[in-house]
Amino acid sequence: METRNGERQANGLAVEAAGLVKVYGKERAVDGVDLVIPKGTVYGFLGPNGAGKTTTIRMLATLIQPDSGSATIFGHDLKTESAAIKSRISLTGQYASIDEDLTGIENLVLISRLMGYTVKEAKLRAAELLSAFGLENAAKRQVKKYSGGMRRRIDIAASIVVTPDLLFLDEPTTGLDPRSRNQVWEIVRALVQTGTTVLLTTQNLEEADQLADRIAVINQGKIIAEGTSSELKASVGTGTLNVQLLDSADQAQATAILEHKLNVAVHVSTDGLTLSAPAKDSSIVAEALGELGKEKIGISDFALGRPSLDEVFLTLTGQSASDQPIEEENS
Amino acid sequence: MSVQIEHDKTAYEEVHPLNAIAGSKRPDPPNALASTMAFAHRALLRIKHVPEQMFDVTLFPIIFLLMFTYLFGGAIAGSTGEYLQFLLPGILVMTVSQITMYTGIDLNNDIRKGIFDRFRTLPIWLPSALVGALLVDVIRYSLASAIMIGLGLVLGFRPEGGVMGVLGAVLVILLFSFSFSWIWTAAGIIMRSEKSLMMVSFLVVFPLTFVSNVFVDPSTLPSWLQGFVNINPISILATAVRGLMHGDGTWEQIGWVVVVSAIFVVIFAPLTMYLYRRKE
Repeated sequence: METRNGERQANGLAVEAAGLVKVYGKERAVDGVDLVIPKGTVYGFLGPNGAGKTTTIRMLATLIQPDSGSATIFGHDLKTESAAIKSRISLTGQYASIDEDLTGIENLVLISRLMGYTVKEAKLRAAELLSAFGLENAAKRQVKKYSGGMRRRIDIAASIVVTPDLLFLDEPTTGLDPRSRNQVWEIVRALVQTGTTVLLTTQNLEEADQLADRIAVINQGKIIAEGTSSELKASVGTGTLNVQLLDSADQAQATAILEHKLNVAVHVSTDGLTLSAPAKDSSIVAEALGELGKEKIGISDFALGRPSLDEVFLTLTGQSASDQPIEEENS
Repeated sequence: MSVQIEHDKTAYEEVHPLNAIAGSKRPDPPNALASTMAFAHRALLRIKHVPEQMFDVTLFPIIFLLMFTYLFGGAIAGSTGEYLQFLLPGILVMTVSQITMYTGIDLNNDIRKGIFDRFRTLPIWLPSALVGALLVDVIRYSLASAIMIGLGLVLGFRPEGGVMGVLGAVLVILLFSFSFSWIWTAAGIIMRSEKSLMMVSFLVVFPLTFVSNVFVDPSTLPSWLQGFVNINPISILATAVRGLMHGDGTWEQIGWVVVVSAIFVVIFAPLTMYLYRRKE
């Protein structure tokens, strides 16, 4: 894997942050975030709206200054070496970071010129990007007339006019249909393949699972869990028990039995028929199911499986975030 | 997304992202001139795509000149012809000063959309984003001046300073407007919405332009008001422009415009850039 920029690659980290804090008024938008992101990986920030994902990214991209804490990007200090950082990074914001009144090609030529290409080189580069991103036919159309997927692609294209060493993607697929989303995923994978580090935020668990080597789950400005997708799943328990009731009238009693036997909080679906709970030990699960049978509670289905990321997320954020933060130790 | 777009056949063209990965050659960041020219080019493209934004520099001058000449001419100077001689340089100053506020509005729009963030993460000389736009604004101001002077000539305006006097006057206006615009760029960063920015701009621009020597001779005003009118930057500019157009200008008048312009730039350009960098 070639390094596009040779200097200061010693520790092999793209991002290293300690205790990042950003306060807006009374709200601690980011409340002590630590990060270690190795080069050439995809790192996912997973969290609901307002969790602090975007604020963290904006700090790391030199757009806003942290109130406390420190960070280095490729070894460059965030506070004192922002110029060096800017030449290595690129940001695709949550909202189109391009001029919607201009055409696709005009936007890419503009950004290319601002990256240092001559006018002639900029035109070549813009054409190359448009064709690689399937936007040739839309080159001369104003971006405001693009579909959501096309807009996202031109936005990412603008971010990789010069392939960045670190690319920030803020909710790159929010609002896209599945096919457009797959195209964005394809682009992210291609970038990583050539050595770019990607830091992306998402509310979509499948996306984090699909793309990210490591995931940080963020809630209320804090990282409440961190690790690979499977580590996160393991941290919740060996699996999750899902019980499908025949009659929602049994729900309260069934919940009480499961909570007693498994000694955990049981999550009830909105229709009141599906109970799910983290399960650490399958023999206890068997006992709990037996107890349900004894009480003549009708079950249409049950399953014990490795937890999905959705369940991880629910387990982690369902409880009040400050209550029992699950902090993963990773080697 | 709208239905019309969903049927768009280009929406699902194949992507070949690997073809888009640039080679190892990374261009050096552009110098200040190159990035300024790129931003100026963007501003020109915006005029091409959003021609409505030229209304302020084409229709405003025409309406203002006709309105004030025929509405006030008889009352203030006794005849419209005579009043035009007095009024045109002043109302040219007023019109161009007022349209400077659109610079701030454009910037404010950039901030609320995402492109401002992209510009700020580029390895460029940051002021070029504003200087490039302001240079194109100078073209807009020139156009407004040309339209207004052209119409004035048709209506009977006869500048005694001749062609050189008129050109000199326009140059002085352009210098002042470029400098004055930095107030609006700073305000454009501070204000949260286009609406509030417009309101603040009007609050500043209307008193400044009306409480000046643009419409009336200050000697007719009460003395406390005269004091303000005489130090009002708009009056200082209008005096110099009048002098140049009518061929009786002094270097001192021009010198004051240069001083006032320099003060605007020295205060508001660094302030704008400070706010631009720190904007959250």
